[in-house]
Amino acid sequence: MSAQLDTQGTLWGFKRMVPLSLFVIAFGLAFGVAAIQRGLTGFEALLMSGLVFAGAAQFASLELWGPTIPLVALIATTFAINARHLLMGAALYPWVRHLPTGQRYACLGLMSDSNWAMAAADYRRGESNVGMLVGGGIALWLAWMLGTLLGVVFGSGISEPERFGLDVIMGCFLLAMLVGGKPQLSMLIPWSVAAVAALLAIYFLPTNAHVIVGALAGGIAGLCLPVATPKAAS
Amino acid sequence: MNLPLTPATALLAILVMALVTYITRAGGVMVMSRVPIGPKVERFINAMAGAVLVAVILPLAVQGDWGARLALVATLMVMLTTHKPLIAITAGMATAAFWRLI
Repeated sequence: MSAQLDTQGTLWGFKRMVPLSLFVIAFGLAFGVAAIQRGLTGFEALLMSGLVFAGAAQFASLELWGPTIPLVALIATTFAINARHLLMGAALYPWVRHLPTGQRYACLGLMSDSNWAMAAADYRRGESNVGMLVGGGIALWLAWMLGTLLGVVFGSGISEPERFGLDVIMGCFLLAMLVGGKPQLSMLIPWSVAAVAALLAIYFLPTNAHVIVGALAGGIAGLCLPVATPKAAS
Repeated sequence: MNLPLTPATALLAILVMALVTYITRAGGVMVMSRVPIGPKVERFINAMAGAVLVAVILPLAVQGDWGARLALVATLMVMLTTHKPLIAITAGMATAAFWRLI
């Protein structure tokens, strides 16, 4: 089993991602509006979308953005939300390890949920071309940037964002991401533990500590849970 | 560590976020080339990914106005029924806007 990267495969991956990218434009628009409303400049919003390229982490960072920037909480939040990338990358390891080192780590910079899912399907089918990962990633990145730009332009013209419910975009987006994907009932326990721990932290610990406390408490709760076997699940 | 917001610290924050995110993207492959990621680490990461979202959303539910709270309820209900994030987010925003109108 080998892996290769070429222009043709990348274009093919790009084309397959175009339909989904149209939705990404809408999410990017929501991010651009929320970022402007939260006090980021248009340039900062575009720079964040271009370099971070991770929706949930970007929306969450806006919740922490204010007159001061809590750097430790920001790092912890970004890491915790994006830690799923570690598992996604690990799943592709047997595939991309055949690429030259430079190509391998450049490709991974474009890895996002949807192009990963389609690339992982390609890999399972025995496809050797990693173009889906790269081309799909480029399509998603361009859509995310275009959406952010539209949001920045649109968001700058709004003076009373609360009237239109624009201040709740971040919360609604993050909640939709939490519930989305594949909701698993087994996750209710770690999520509840996280909620209780974060709630206590909001009242008794310094500002923004609740993010780190909640993430760790939820992670540890998930670790301690007995592994659900098919028999036990009945 | 809280930094006062200036153009320079905002830039620093964005660069740090970009670096941390890239580390998660490349880290899985880097780690796997040395030691395989076990089921325990996988369980921890899966639970933590949702837990941090819960923690980030919580202040909006606890400290927000009723418009924000009802927006979250609307998002949750539409998400559970339709599984379409864009519709759920729109429903949430519309709920907040409507609540503040009346």
